[in-house]
Amino acid sequence: MSDTQNLIHLAVALDGAGWHPAAWREPDARPLDLFTPAYWVEQVQQAERGLIDFVTIEDSLRLQSDDPLEPDLRTDRVRGRLDATLIAARVAPVTRHIGLVPTAIVTHTEPFHLSKAIATIDYVSNGRAGIRVQLDARADTNRHFGRREIQPLRREDVANIHAPELQQRLRESFAEAEAYVEVLRRLWDSWEDDAEIRDVATGRFIDRDKLHYIDFESRWFSVKGPSITPRPPQGQPIVAALGHATVPYQLIARSTDVGFVTPHDTTQATAILAEIRAEQEAAGRANDTIHVFADLVVFLDATHEEAANRKQRLDAQAGGDSTSDALIFTGTPSGLADLLQEWHAAGLSGFRLRPGTVPHDLAQITDALVPELQRRGAFRTAYEATTLRGLLGLPRPANRYAAIVERVA
Amino acid sequence: MSRPQKQVHLAAHFPGVNNTTVWSDPAGGSHIEFSSFTHFAQTAERGKFDFLFLAEGLRLREQGGKIYDLDVVGRPDTFTVLAAIAAVTDHLGVTGTINSTFNEPYEVARQFASLDWLSNGRAAWNVVTSWDAFTGENFRRGGFLPQEQRYERAKTFLQTAIELWDSWKGDEIVADKETGQFLATPEAGSFTHKDAHFDIAGQFNVPRSPQGRPVIFQAGDSDEGRDFAAAEADAIFTGHAKFEDGQAFYADVKGRLAKFGRTPDQLLILPAATFVLGDTDAEAAEIAHEVRLQQVSPATAVAFLEQLWNTDLSGFDPDGPLPDFDPVVSDVGGLISKGRASVRQFAKDPIGLANQWREIAAAKQLSAREVVVEVTGRQSFVGSPDTIATAINRAVQEDASDGFILVPHITPGGLDRFVDTVVPLLQERGVYRTEYEGSTLRENLGLAPVASSQVLQTTA
Repeated sequence: MSDTQNLIHLAVALDGAGWHPAAWREPDARPLDLFTPAYWVEQVQQAERGLIDFVTIEDSLRLQSDDPLEPDLRTDRVRGRLDATLIAARVAPVTRHIGLVPTAIVTHTEPFHLSKAIATIDYVSNGRAGIRVQLDARADTNRHFGRREIQPLRREDVANIHAPELQQRLRESFAEAEAYVEVLRRLWDSWEDDAEIRDVATGRFIDRDKLHYIDFESRWFSVKGPSITPRPPQGQPIVAALGHATVPYQLIARSTDVGFVTPHDTTQATAILAEIRAEQEAAGRANDTIHVFADLVVFLDATHEEAANRKQRLDAQAGGDSTSDALIFTGTPSGLADLLQEWHAAGLSGFRLRPGTVPHDLAQITDALVPELQRRGAFRTAYEATTLRGLLGLPRPANRYAAIVERVA
Repeated sequence: MSRPQKQVHLAAHFPGVNNTTVWSDPAGGSHIEFSSFTHFAQTAERGKFDFLFLAEGLRLREQGGKIYDLDVVGRPDTFTVLAAIAAVTDHLGVTGTINSTFNEPYEVARQFASLDWLSNGRAAWNVVTSWDAFTGENFRRGGFLPQEQRYERAKTFLQTAIELWDSWKGDEIVADKETGQFLATPEAGSFTHKDAHFDIAGQFNVPRSPQGRPVIFQAGDSDEGRDFAAAEADAIFTGHAKFEDGQAFYADVKGRLAKFGRTPDQLLILPAATFVLGDTDAEAAEIAHEVRLQQVSPATAVAFLEQLWNTDLSGFDPDGPLPDFDPVVSDVGGLISKGRASVRQFAKDPIGLANQWREIAAAKQLSAREVVVEVTGRQSFVGSPDTIATAINRAVQEDASDGFILVPHITPGGLDRFVDTVVPLLQERGVYRTEYEGSTLRENLGLAPVASSQVLQTTA
């Protein structure tokens, strides 16, 4: 498709009132509306007006916490959230072009349920669904389910994360995620596209030879299949994951269509890309397109000074400098456009922007950054496809179970 | 007999993956495209129905070791399609059947709480149990529960979910921008639950939803199922649509409420009902027979015989007599049909049932297919709009039900004529709403609000 123009792809990461812990205290914030459907519909429609490729929606199976290992018991931050997959489903009928990529925690959920949930969002949205998979091996989350023996990370483990035994544990956790994605994908393919035949003469609704058991076996779960939901419009909805190190990069390389990474400069961006591409080749996927997006937290205003002052004010309200795994960009839309173009030239496909506050920084993205990138000829001026795969320049894949590959994108 | 007229409740069951649904009709549309759900839901809302109902099946049915291909196959995921339906409706309740065997309370509770938020208070949960290792093969949990543990797990699952919903009282979010206090207490959502099935603790992460909790439905018909409903449910989804059956069921279940400290107005009894409308009763009867023949194609007739006889009957002539040998008796695990609850009825006494079928065939001179047409799935209501309105109203006024969950046989247009012709007649008679009374499903069902401190009524 048309990636020959090599335009920048943009995603927006939605989470609560924005990514700054004090975002909910901004004059334009609506913290009491965070759990209403209208709040989410408005944000996604705003992103769609900005021709954004897709939104992601954060999720967790626990209350948010600033502490990486246990509840923080804070009362000065947004706490509580709605199921991201259901938010995506609720928003789908009232949007037309933008991709919808909720987060799912794979550690405690059933791949069979998630596969049909994402397939259903793909039907409801006519081909705009994706899923971002995330692990959660925290002890507090595990107590909410009480079913698994999980060896949670301890504080000394975090400091010692590069030790061989910890790396081995990490590899095992990510191997489960890889198995989970494999089940999602096999279930999406478990119906061939033309399985529904409605043959009145023989009384058959389906050609059952075009439905397939997936017979997946692993040490964590086995799933028989086929799915109860027919193959979704995109064939394979988009799978994404966020990674900060080699083991998650392997998951990105082996299992996903889009990886989110967190370089802090061009050199790091180049190095991460090289690592992912090498893993991709090692996984036998050298010919597949895997988009790598850099995550950035953004505070945008007309002048650098305004943005810096706002960030400073927010930090003061939050009780200290806010930190992030991703680079925090504080400045003008034009300055951000410079950075995006530089990193894009280094090989990144696009960027997942985490607005510091909503609605302000979301509006800055759609109403200032996007027009600036368009002026530079670096971003689309209209939606060029009707599916998320189409927006990302990915063909509709052949079905792994189909005897004859007849579909060409 | 001068009590005030009861109000009729109506709801719509999206056509299911069984032979009630006539996919072969030229008007039969997609069962998976969202446009079908939109049409169906908006028609129900135009008819001022209380809610849309979705059944559940987590493994495709099989017969003789092969995927069953004669009925509609394929359906969407329940939670996500209900959340999407909430986007194209304003008043209609969204009721999902979700089993308590292949899910965990924390996840189901947050999905229903989220659905309740995203529908502005219109979510309902039909709590069911799954019964077979066959379905379990699609899940981490695998396995299954012995029959006697199914209700125990369902009951404790529901209790746990209610504890999670009640872990937020509704006043925790203060979001005071001046003081910087978002939560009134760091303990919001705290819970601890320990029993034979669930040992969990922590904090629930969805604040109290508009209804407090979803409206709770129960669908089991056994003695245990009826007690479960009488103790815990807000509404029952039953198969007792026939008038006399309905009255007996209604009296039985409403009679059980007192022992759980509840009153008859706290539990609605809503049988599933099929219908065929005609301009006249005679025309409706003719159409109903045609529909039955569509529902029982020659191949479907043989499939039904295989389910009862529990053996391969390929090559059998459905237009000839019933098989002249007796059914193969087997326990549930050995049945030819997998993933279909109805065959468990067949399996109880297959030889006795086959003899009944033979008597009917002999008395009425019927072929095998005609017997299947006769003994399975007869429509609940057949007639002109006036006849059907009268029958529905009688059933409600004379305590055979509190209303009906209608199951049309055509997707997605099967409700259209009912809404256009029967609903106005019920409205004229003053027994059916002309506008929605409330904004939540609970309010429209006439149920009292859930108090945040309400303690679950547990079975003695």
